[in-house]
Amino acid sequence: MTTTTAPPAGVQPAPDSAKPRKRAKRTAGEGRMAALLLSPTILVLALVILYPLLAAVHQSLYRAETGLDADGFVADVESFVGLANYADMFVGESGRRFLNALGNTTFFTLTTVFLETVLGLCLALAMNRAFRGRSFLRASILVPWAVPTAVSGLLWRWIFQSDGIANTLMGSEILWTAEGNASRAAVIIAEVWKTAPFIGLLVLAGMQVIPGEVYEAAKIDGAGWWRQLGSITLPLVKPTLLVAVLFRMLDALRMFDLPFVLIGPGKESVETLSMLAWDESNQLRYGSASAFAVVLFLYVAVVAIVFVKVLGADVTGAKELKLISKKNRQKKAEATR
Amino acid sequence: MRQRRRTWQTLLATTASLTVAAVALTGCGGTSTEAQSTPKAAAASFEGKGPINYVSNRDASGAANKTIEEWNAAHPEEKVTFIELPDSADQQRQQLIQNAQIKSDTFSVLNLDVVWTSEFAANKWILPLPADAVPTDKMIPATVNAATYRDSLVGAPYYTDGALFYFRSDLLKAAGIAAPPKTWDEMKTACDAILALPEATGMSCYTGQFDKNEALTVNFSEAVASAGGSIVDADGKPTVDTPEAKEGLNLLVDGFKEGMFPSDAITYLEEQGRRAFQEGKLVFMRNWPFLHASLSATDGSSQVAGKFDITSIPGTDGPGVSTLGGRSLAISPFTPNKATALEFVKFFTSEEQAQKRLALSSRAPVYASLFEDPAVVAKRPFFPTLLTSLNNAQPRPKVVQYGATTKAIQEEAYAAITGAKDTDTALKDMQAKLTELTK
Repeated sequence: MTTTTAPPAGVQPAPDSAKPRKRAKRTAGEGRMAALLLSPTILVLALVILYPLLAAVHQSLYRAETGLDADGFVADVESFVGLANYADMFVGESGRRFLNALGNTTFFTLTTVFLETVLGLCLALAMNRAFRGRSFLRASILVPWAVPTAVSGLLWRWIFQSDGIANTLMGSEILWTAEGNASRAAVIIAEVWKTAPFIGLLVLAGMQVIPGEVYEAAKIDGAGWWRQLGSITLPLVKPTLLVAVLFRMLDALRMFDLPFVLIGPGKESVETLSMLAWDESNQLRYGSASAFAVVLFLYVAVVAIVFVKVLGADVTGAKELKLISKKNRQKKAEATR
Repeated sequence: MRQRRRTWQTLLATTASLTVAAVALTGCGGTSTEAQSTPKAAAASFEGKGPINYVSNRDASGAANKTIEEWNAAHPEEKVTFIELPDSADQQRQQLIQNAQIKSDTFSVLNLDVVWTSEFAANKWILPLPADAVPTDKMIPATVNAATYRDSLVGAPYYTDGALFYFRSDLLKAAGIAAPPKTWDEMKTACDAILALPEATGMSCYTGQFDKNEALTVNFSEAVASAGGSIVDADGKPTVDTPEAKEGLNLLVDGFKEGMFPSDAITYLEEQGRRAFQEGKLVFMRNWPFLHASLSATDGSSQVAGKFDITSIPGTDGPGVSTLGGRSLAISPFTPNKATALEFVKFFTSEEQAQKRLALSSRAPVYASLFEDPAVVAKRPFFPTLLTSLNNAQPRPKVVQYGATTKAIQEEAYAAITGAKDTDTALKDMQAKLTELTK
């Protein structure tokens, strides 16, 4: 906060002069030592991330023979089929299933994350006020998040069964767990119930670091509650909110257990890509299961990259580091001047 | 700059060499295609004695444990260890398959659901049993059929299950109907008479299990078989594009259309049906025998205790055809102690042990004679009816890719009963899918 004025024009900061000096200090021995110290980490990452990933890609290029020989036995061979498992995702019955699952996954991700964000923001705003029993409210709001997803799936299954509480309270006869839009609504409701507190708490953490003086100043300037929300709170929690939304999106894209338990496997209305991949591997079609998993991985990766690059979600705090180093450089430049 | 590159080279080299070493150590090989010993050769020699593992679903009654204890007491050198699998059938199947695929010798004797028989036999994950291994002539024929793959017995039938038709005897009597319906038409007539009674207001006629689940495959198979059709023929070729199958599926479709079934029956599994029947909302119900105890509970939890009775499920022209549930024991080709495994299977599935287990477990034995023992019938009054049901039972389609088959059946049958497809289209699509799967 000390250097609020930009360095005077005409005076070039000289970061280039500082760089080589730093490099020269690092000797070959040091570099080797660093590599040695880093290699266990790289090794573990290679084993638990790179190897399974490559194995999945490799598997996705193969297909098991399903035909029976004359004695009725399955030939235990897998043949290389190139990209046929991927091509099949767009034609015929399997293509219809894949596109349906892709549509469901995208639909659930967009709707649930949107609703969670709105609801989570409201929760955070409510919790950010000082009132009696605030800490109790904060703890209790975490309960849905603490319940394992499979258990909350069962809970909501009871609520949504044909003679369950949901229908009794609404006086309706909606078949929530049968195929159709009602089952999609059921999944969205249960998912939002479960994860809105997550966003709420993250955003609350972001809100609490906003200094009170800013609001006081705004009040003196005559800004109303809405103005404060739009001009102070939201812009200042945006970095936190973006990270929370990114995490939720990556999670929602991999949604599996909630629709599986709440509605059941094999229901087209709620089948997601993860469920499809699971089902394929359950049918021992590991090739196409791997292909689905690889596609899902790419989908998630693309969403993450877009989020980080375009919207500027700051996941690792890289921006802060950059700012700090920039400031240091400026200071040094000033010092050398 | 040069130094920096060298750092990276060192880093890469170290990592790469360590990775290679680790992969070599863990032995993550590719898919092996080496030839296996043919099951026929293996079947000829059940050799090797020693401790084995029996892997099975949970037996809450403790009856299976008792049998194993008895075996272990008599065979201290060939002890059997009970390995319990998760409750979910899908997970059981997954674990069994994973162990077979890596040819692990951990699982010696496998407890298989009857619908997995073909898949495990065709993949050579279980051994064909010698002809004289189990007394098949004393067993209910359908249970032996279900444990047979292409004319060779691959499993020893352990316990079995069949459909029961629960009905409200008090209401039948009130409506002046002397005998429970034997056909769907009789059931409709009976329902018309009963639902007109003042005490039956708000009730529905019938339910089975119609949620998109394995239970739908069961109910669909029963409807088709009861109409004289079949899902696959003796050669394993699908036969659902037939007039009989259409008549069978139409029983279910019309049941929903005409309001014979409660409208929410499309979400019913066994449990929801039980609750509806127990609360007095249904006149007739197709379900499994295990509900009998909770329906006849006299502690006030059941409103229908003493007011219902059981018989065989209805068909189109006479009594219907039940599908078959249950389990059988099979031997893994990867266990070194095959002689012990075979002896244990014989011991475990013997009539003597089956009778002993009846004292604890309500699981139905596969020996017909045990169903008529008066002492047993006194404890389990549904046994004689169940035996009739089982004598007329058919296994579910015996196909190698059962998982995909049952999925296709559920998909199309569900589309038909919800009205998303008409019966003809649904059956034509089902036939196409099954033809693809049984190629």
